[in-house]
Amino acid sequence: MSILVNKDTRVVISGITGGAGSFHARQCMAYGTKVVGGVTPGKGGMLFDDKVPVFNTIAESVEKEGADTCMIFVPPAFAADAILEAIDAKVKLIVCITEGIPVKDMALVKSRLEHKDCVSRLIGPNCPGIITPGECKVGILPGYIHKPGTVGVVSRSGTLTYEAVWQLTCLGYGQSTCIGIGGDPINGTSHLDAVKMFTEDPATEAIVMIGEIGGDGEQKAAAWLKENCKKPVAAFIAGTTAPKGRRMGHAGAIVSGNQGSAADKIAALEAAGVAVAPTPSSIGETLLKKWGKM
Amino acid sequence: MNIHEYQAKELFNNYGVPVSKGAIAQKPEEFEQAIAKLEGDQIVVKAQIHAGGRGKGKFVDGFEGGVKLRPRAEAAATAAKMLGNILVTKQTGPAGKKVNTIYFTECSDISKEYYLSILMDRASGGAVIIASTAGGMDIEKVAAETPEKIYKVYVHPELGLQPFQMRQLAFFFGFGEKELMKQWSKVINGLYRLFWEKDCSLVEVNPLILTTDNKILALDAKVNFDDNAIYRHPDIQILRDLTEEDPKEIQASKFGLNYIALDGNIACMVNGAGLAMATMDIIKYYGGNPANFLDVGGSANEEAITEAFKIITQDPHTKGILVNIFGGIAKCDIIAQGILNAVKNVGLSIPLVVRLEGTNYEIGRKLLADSGIKLETAASLAEAAEKIVKIVQG
Repeated sequence: MSILVNKDTRVVISGITGGAGSFHARQCMAYGTKVVGGVTPGKGGMLFDDKVPVFNTIAESVEKEGADTCMIFVPPAFAADAILEAIDAKVKLIVCITEGIPVKDMALVKSRLEHKDCVSRLIGPNCPGIITPGECKVGILPGYIHKPGTVGVVSRSGTLTYEAVWQLTCLGYGQSTCIGIGGDPINGTSHLDAVKMFTEDPATEAIVMIGEIGGDGEQKAAAWLKENCKKPVAAFIAGTTAPKGRRMGHAGAIVSGNQGSAADKIAALEAAGVAVAPTPSSIGETLLKKWGKM
Repeated sequence: MNIHEYQAKELFNNYGVPVSKGAIAQKPEEFEQAIAKLEGDQIVVKAQIHAGGRGKGKFVDGFEGGVKLRPRAEAAATAAKMLGNILVTKQTGPAGKKVNTIYFTECSDISKEYYLSILMDRASGGAVIIASTAGGMDIEKVAAETPEKIYKVYVHPELGLQPFQMRQLAFFFGFGEKELMKQWSKVINGLYRLFWEKDCSLVEVNPLILTTDNKILALDAKVNFDDNAIYRHPDIQILRDLTEEDPKEIQASKFGLNYIALDGNIACMVNGAGLAMATMDIIKYYGGNPANFLDVGGSANEEAITEAFKIITQDPHTKGILVNIFGGIAKCDIIAQGILNAVKNVGLSIPLVVRLEGTNYEIGRKLLADSGIKLETAASLAEAAEKIVKIVQG
């Protein structure tokens, strides 16, 4: 068992003929993901790598190949449109890898996602994607670092996720599913959404949550975990030493108040009984200690 | 992207938001001409830099205040003290910022001061308008000490600012009277339209004032833009003032690199913002000090990596380099080749520790091993950080 993706997931890749899109489409297929189609407007009818049908629209790929998951690789100026197209095509899971989408575009996308008729969940944007080791990879995560197991991993950062996963794998502990929720201020799936799904998933025995400075998603997840989750949880928060105020405008601090700082997030997690790793190199070890495996 | 106050006020003007009349000068010989465009016995002289706290700031030669109210006859002399001088405020850091433009404005008789800002709110997924009756004050302090003086209105991205929200804010500010309500509606609708149409990340007016003759006026203006959306606003792109930015950061941004200079001596090159931050954290954990934040991103080509490596090695404070790459989109062989190119071009005189993991790691590691350049490798991030800290600290 796992969450969101598994061996039956049927993936269509929007932007399959682009540079990054084609490279990672091949990587996903090599991993075993069922890539049932690609979408590049104007290139409908051709075959990608002589086997994957390319369509002009996402709706067509859903209709003809039964795609239920869409991975988006199109450039930032067109990515929000691609997400909206996938929502319109009633794709269940949309994974947007694209980095650099205007915040306003994402605000409008988010509003559509919250609409009562929307059946889609979005992961990302600006994320590494999602993987259920040994079954399905929808994203750019390097496959070989993962191994099937029972730890659920959720993270805002791509490469920091790899770091944590690699530690778990090297220690002999595989993962149920790993989700990169992305580093953008407005995204589709939150830390809270992910930890809820992991808590409810019978195949997930322990959870790793990786956060960073800015916003209060980690605190919200911590508050929920405290009341609802009995599984062992370990966390790491990046940015303890980051200079203050480099990204945020003056008034930004008023909305997040103290909530954006690493110290505040760590305090909230510790108060919720989550074991917080002191360094990015000790995430795996911290979980195993909390779990009673070490 | 940030712009100057005078540029922000021009945008306000375009959106029908009243500001006091002003004129700029960038050379001493332009002072009198600029002042002549304005009316009144008193003139406000304002140093233009991309940082707040100008009024309470201090110039490096001891002259105090980057915002001064002066009799008309003395305005030029005051401007002469500011232009070309370095202004230090609590937002500039100790090095301060050079003043290249002076903004003269007419003086207003203030009856009341307010605070107003619009920014993107993560949690609600739309804009939030923040209003406070404590105008002209440090808003973070107001939020911490007297939160009852702050009122927030959340704007739905698809609906936009609604008349009832405009009225809620009006009554909070005490602009309920018919004539004031009319003025206020124009101000807030103009500011929201500016925020939304130009992809702003922040529009801040501190203070917004009510004059003694009952006019609502933006006395200051701060506007920041979403860098991701700048591509669709050529009219905003031309407002960028490169002299306000760190030259190394400009150079880095040309190659799509995200670089921030820090004050330590261990340079780092990392892919991914989270891992880059975590790498800084672990350098500190082992007792070292990072010289920079550098996220080379996922789509960096060889040329960008070469440039990144050049930027970090050219910093004279740098005593060692830590490269930490966990390839996903980024490919380890591209990173390795970029490093080799840079070393070939500019040499390598300081210790280098490299940790490569992820996509194409075998090719990357082999490239480095076969190149013969002097470097240490590490199997884990902890090992890499420990090694570079030990080497640098001797």
